[in-house]
Amino acid sequence: MTTTLRIAFLPLTDAAVLAVASELGFAEEQGLSLDLVRTTSWATLRDRLVYGQVQAAHMLAPLAVAVTLGLSQQPAALAAPYKLNVNGNMLVLASDFAKALEPNVKSRLADPLGTAHDFAAAIGLWRRKPIIGVVHRFSSHAIMLRYWLASAGVDPDRDVVLRVLPPSLMVEAMLADEIDGFIAGEPWGSAAVEAGLAEAVAIGGRIWRRGVEKVLAFRENWLSDNPDSTDRLLRALAPAAAWCDDPAHHGALAHLLSDPRYVDQPAELILRALTGNIVARVGEAPIENPDFMMFAREATSFPWRSQALWIYSQLVRWKMVDHSAENATRAGTVFRPDIFRRALADTNVPMPGASMKLEGALDLPLAVGSRRGELTLGPDRFFDGRIFDPERIEEFLAGFKSQR
Amino acid sequence: MRIVIIDDSGLRATVLEEGLRDAGYDDIHIVPPRGAFVARLERMAPDVVLMDLGSPSRDTLEEMLTVSRALARPIAMFVDQSDEAMIGAAIDAGVSAYVVDGLRKPVLELAVRRFNAFARIQSELDEARTALSDRKVIDRAKSILMKQRGLSEQDAYALLRSSAMNQGKKIVDVAQAIIIASDLLGGAL
Repeated sequence: MTTTLRIAFLPLTDAAVLAVASELGFAEEQGLSLDLVRTTSWATLRDRLVYGQVQAAHMLAPLAVAVTLGLSQQPAALAAPYKLNVNGNMLVLASDFAKALEPNVKSRLADPLGTAHDFAAAIGLWRRKPIIGVVHRFSSHAIMLRYWLASAGVDPDRDVVLRVLPPSLMVEAMLADEIDGFIAGEPWGSAAVEAGLAEAVAIGGRIWRRGVEKVLAFRENWLSDNPDSTDRLLRALAPAAAWCDDPAHHGALAHLLSDPRYVDQPAELILRALTGNIVARVGEAPIENPDFMMFAREATSFPWRSQALWIYSQLVRWKMVDHSAENATRAGTVFRPDIFRRALADTNVPMPGASMKLEGALDLPLAVGSRRGELTLGPDRFFDGRIFDPERIEEFLAGFKSQR
Repeated sequence: MRIVIIDDSGLRATVLEEGLRDAGYDDIHIVPPRGAFVARLERMAPDVVLMDLGSPSRDTLEEMLTVSRALARPIAMFVDQSDEAMIGAAIDAGVSAYVVDGLRKPVLELAVRRFNAFARIQSELDEARTALSDRKVIDRAKSILMKQRGLSEQDAYALLRSSAMNQGKKIVDVAQAIIIASDLLGGAL
């Protein structure tokens, strides 16, 4: 008996795991058929999930937290038992603007702090207050951009204009001179670079080396009412994610995602994020970023509660929500490591022993306690060296005061 | 009551506007989601905003609703959150609504009906367009046959039809095959 699950997604490279689970038989092995619903805005994806038109969605992790906290239209308790990827964003700025930054693009990308200060110095020289496109206020992209700007004393609400635009319209908006750059999921940054409109200025994985990106979000009550379907879905996604991470499959994956039913962009552009060979300026040799986008290794899919709380800390920092113990608890419980453990208990997926950890504390890969298999966590530093202790949110937030 | 329709499709917006005017609403504006549409919308201070659920610009609109000072009154997606059937119907029809101050159920019901009507017109149009292009394909195959085989137009069509019947295919598919074959063989036309 096959169960059909409807899952909404946006045409982005990091929807890969869902596409592969559906197309390459991983879902079928679990007795599932995935009906993937291509959606063009985060608002519509959210509405489809909240109002029950789909059972799950490829969602921006901060949006899942925001909907649960009642910050984005109809409040609904959402639950994310699985992360679909880590990293994968890129900030690009108009080629003219980028002239004020470090000209060697490899050095520029390797030094986010220096580049942030270069950006701060360039603001006054630009012909208007720089307008930077972001895909949603509750996106990992916007939060990372704010984090990066503030590190150099730039107030993202005062010194620049953040304009919300769908990823697929960013390149068009650059052409029309409506924005001076944007941060979005791939392949859209690469598309702007390839069109000769923009240069890469910062890479998500260099700002936070293991940055939370998309999660698989459910309505909390659906998740508790349907443990069997949930577990089967997670058991289909885990091997699909491992397949996506395997360099031997990147070519085939790029080809699959280039299909009009998915991303509908040239395979060559999509491949850049998968291999991490990023072209920062049109015509130049690619720069290697092996962790540009990750799907499975290092227990990427594991929904660390501390990561939901890090997102929450940033929403508080930017005054999008008031801090209270109750809000923190609600935000933290959006991520559901308990479900991840239950669903993947009898598989060979490495299983962290803890549900929370310090975020940003690892300089070097570290072997950690795992209930099964070998688990090595990769370096997860923030570029400014801060460490987030989920037990001490107030202290962490107090550390930012001088920057605002 | 000021209603703003944000829509890319001129025809759908017109279908919706007509319906609303027939129902007695007369302060209706259509704004395409291009360029500085958010600033225009802000100046209009609408009571109801209707938008295609499939428009990629919904996130841009919602951001404006979140930060706008001109539209400071609370705005909620859909009229009555408890009305699940209405919400389902709206999502199925592909319309989203942002409403200022209280219930506007009649407007949303009307929008749902009109969006559905538009979907019907659209599929009829698509069918008509397909029929038209089928006709062109068949005409081209006929002229190939007339030239290559020295047939009259009537005989060329009869040949197409009988081949289609013998192979259990649609005439347009047989015609398409003839055109491809003729192109491959470097035939004229």
